[in-house]
Amino acid sequence: MFLINCPFCGEREQSEFKAGGEAHIVRPKQPTELSDDEWAEYLFMRKNIKGIQYERWNHIHGCRKWFNIVRDTSNDEIKAVYKMGEKPPI
Amino acid sequence: MKNKYSIFSLIKNAISNHENWQRAWRDPEPKKEYDVIIIGGGGHGLATAYYLAKKHNIKNIAVLEKGWIGGGNTGRNTTIIRSNYLWDASAGLYDHALKIWEGLSQELNYNVMFSQRGVMNLAHNLQDVRDLKRRTHANRLNGIDAVYLNTEEVKKFCPIINTSPDIRYPVLGGTLQKRAGTARHDAVAWGYARGADEMGVDIIQNCEVKGIKRNGDTVEGVDTTKGFIKAKKIGVVAAGHSSVIANMAGLRLPLESKPLQALVSEPVKPIIDTVVMSNAVHAYVSQSDKGELVIGAGTDDYVSYSQKGSHDIVEGTLNAILELYPIFSRMRMLRQWGGIVDICPDASPIISKTTIKGLYFNCGWGTGGFKATPGSGDLFAHTIANDEPHKLNAAFNLNRFVSGDLVDEHGAAAVAH
Repeated sequence: MFLINCPFCGEREQSEFKAGGEAHIVRPKQPTELSDDEWAEYLFMRKNIKGIQYERWNHIHGCRKWFNIVRDTSNDEIKAVYKMGEKPPI
Repeated sequence: MKNKYSIFSLIKNAISNHENWQRAWRDPEPKKEYDVIIIGGGGHGLATAYYLAKKHNIKNIAVLEKGWIGGGNTGRNTTIIRSNYLWDASAGLYDHALKIWEGLSQELNYNVMFSQRGVMNLAHNLQDVRDLKRRTHANRLNGIDAVYLNTEEVKKFCPIINTSPDIRYPVLGGTLQKRAGTARHDAVAWGYARGADEMGVDIIQNCEVKGIKRNGDTVEGVDTTKGFIKAKKIGVVAAGHSSVIANMAGLRLPLESKPLQALVSEPVKPIIDTVVMSNAVHAYVSQSDKGELVIGAGTDDYVSYSQKGSHDIVEGTLNAILELYPIFSRMRMLRQWGGIVDICPDASPIISKTTIKGLYFNCGWGTGGFKATPGSGDLFAHTIANDEPHKLNAAFNLNRFVSGDLVDEHGAAAVAH
């Protein structure tokens, strides 16, 4: 259990949020041009980092907005929170 | 040669105050080179080394373990063994393991306390009933024992379940696999370690892999905290840390590592003599031979390597347990812990070659790897020794995420992931 500082609502318990997985995976611009390998890469392959990970979260039991988090997955320490579309602060 | 464990060896050692038991496995320093290095000394890794030595006559093997053997998920799971999976490929894989479990204590001369006390899966809504009936039929077509029980039969098989129609998620029925059950998790690791050691496998503990050395597309060896070790082939069985090892080799895997929690209660007299699982409310419970209730919770939904997990998951599980078993309302929980499970998008494992020659992965077991330990080791050993998968693990290749030929057990297996 950890606290997340929602950029819209402030600090809340993690159980109010839904994890949305790895951030900054860009949707293919030309889906019809993609090979099977490229589809597999986009759909399934994940960094699954032990350490600093960039990820998406949704405040589903609050404002229901999406935002990004930088978190150390080895100890669940949150390093930064930033809004969708913003550049990662670290 | 190891001394045989028997009633006579027990009496003999009891007379000498248990001071002269033979060492179960050596504690060797790594050699410069091995034919096969297995990364990860859990049940699956040790079983792989055991079957490589036993069935494929490869003797120059090392198992590298960063902590102590069986100290990861092998010692953290809820010890449930079953093979009632929906799809043909999964049924073949898990029933192969179950068949080995049935003779494992004799084969290893090590009591793994395999207890075929049955596993019951409950249905709580109409869709559950349909799904469970479908799975029962699919199991029986694959030669796996399965019966569908109505509410009265569920109550008869496990009288402490609350089958009142007034609860939030009433019990509408369930399935029963009688050959399923539990085993002593530590003993499985220790039994395979002892067996592998006897055939000359070096089990090297406190030896963490820091890098995988490649020459082009071929593996050369591993960098470890005990120096560089050369290897012709490397089998990775690192569970939650599979992606970390893959990253060292420049390989991408379709895995996410998440905490999965479990807890045990204070020990009490025998009260539940089977394993009961519930998909819809996600709670499952059995009782250990020491008398503790062994309760499994769900995974947290975020990637983490912290071996902790959140309290709300435990709370949700205990809510469900209390509604189904009001008799447990005053039980106190003794311990709670988390293990890191590596989950594939289709919730099925990967036992596969990779694009790098000599590098093999056995991972993605997610929340249900313990049950498959003997089968997984056997099939992974086959894959490493022959550089080709066995027909039972051919479907569980890494390429299925490119071809789209997934083995989709999400929610289709007996428990939600």
